[in-house]
Amino acid sequence: MKVIIDEDKCCGAGQCVLAAPDVFDQRLEDGTVVLLDPTPPQALHAQVEDAAVRCPSSVIAVVK
Amino acid sequence: MTESQSVPRTQPTARTCPFDPPPEYKTLREQEPIAPMTFRDGLTGLLASSYDEVRAVLGDPRFGSNRRVVRPGDSTTDESPLPPPAPGMFIMMDAPEHTRYRRLLTGQFTVRRMRQLTPLVEQFVTERLDAMADVEGPVDLVRAFALPIPSLVICELLGVPYADRERFQRDSAAMINLGTSAEAAQRATVSINQLIHQLVLTKRAEPTDDLLSDLVQAGDLTDEELTNVGTLLLIAGHETTANMIALGTMCLLENPEQLAALRADPTLMDGAVEELLRYLTIVQFGPRRTAHKDVELNGRQIKAGTTVLTSVVSANRDATHFPGDPDAFDVRRPNSPHLAFGHGIHQCLGQQLARVEMKVALSALFDRFPTLRLAVPAKDVPMRDDMIIYGVHALPVTW
Repeated sequence: MKVIIDEDKCCGAGQCVLAAPDVFDQRLEDGTVVLLDPTPPQALHAQVEDAAVRCPSSVIAVVK
Repeated sequence: MTESQSVPRTQPTARTCPFDPPPEYKTLREQEPIAPMTFRDGLTGLLASSYDEVRAVLGDPRFGSNRRVVRPGDSTTDESPLPPPAPGMFIMMDAPEHTRYRRLLTGQFTVRRMRQLTPLVEQFVTERLDAMADVEGPVDLVRAFALPIPSLVICELLGVPYADRERFQRDSAAMINLGTSAEAAQRATVSINQLIHQLVLTKRAEPTDDLLSDLVQAGDLTDEELTNVGTLLLIAGHETTANMIALGTMCLLENPEQLAALRADPTLMDGAVEELLRYLTIVQFGPRRTAHKDVELNGRQIKAGTTVLTSVVSANRDATHFPGDPDAFDVRRPNSPHLAFGHGIHQCLGQQLARVEMKVALSALFDRFPTLRLAVPAKDVPMRDDMIIYGVHALPVTW
């Protein structure tokens, strides 16, 4: 799995951090998404897909 | 189609149970998930009631928040220019204006920052519970607990000095219509706006360690913008959380087997908060969006200028997304994404704070008063049926 983010669209709601805290974080200054792990291990795939669904501004894309 | 059949319906508002949306929504979701409707002000437009349609509208930038103000009888496809929102009122703006304000604020409301506030929220909660324990019940839980918690937290965040907090609390209770008229609520809102304006001037002269000082220093916002942003944060973070705490308490008391499960296993609390948000969805009449372009949505043509009311209340009871019985309150329900905080670029900025406040407040309340119960029959609890934010006007409880 490869995770791609479109940071410019991020509205900083924090849904991805709740859904997949090992893969996403928020930048301290403006709360926008930080991708911690662009190729997360299998065990986190379900969390990442959940984060992509929850993202309110469709920032997260998952390529398999 | 005859003339009478083409007259669109009005928004369903009559609840038959305090926790359930008006029953018409179920039929609408199944038969006409995007239906013509007439708004209270006479505007005609569309009502989106299913999860997929509501989410699609809120997530689509072709639907804007800068909605047309239309007089009764005006066409929904009126192409006259939109009136600009007041400076700083970013909830009524679209990108890129909205982005500019949102980016200044999101850093203040991150998951991490809000979790760091937990000890402070715990302190306020303990103080309020101590005060409750000092008196004999019954007490009104709204005034004694549910409203002061978010009010104190937002005062702390914004940096309201202690000397002003009593006025702030009094005005904010009046502002959300606690035993006051619409005129008094309006006066209280003006008073709060003035207080925040004064606060902006103070922080500009002498910045301290708080959100408003950060905004004064970080951005290039005018005093008017800062005042409106501050007022907006206060209103948005206040009435909503207060009502979720009070209505959430009532919901748990009225579902004793769910409350017992939660007490037996406190690890269910995070899920219970999400389920309360879904099940109670207190933003009962919206949000509303206006198509800024012609849009094809799930096979339906929507013309530019059409206003769509999305019912998050209805969407959160959609059986296609909440399998089993979506009308059942179940603290063990699998955590499926709900729309209680909205969707799209305007999704609630303060949602992580709301989660922390609800979790801390509800856990501590039921810990402290294991015999907490309603002091009046549930049917006599005054519900906020006609308010934009649903909930209870008062919640008499005893223990």
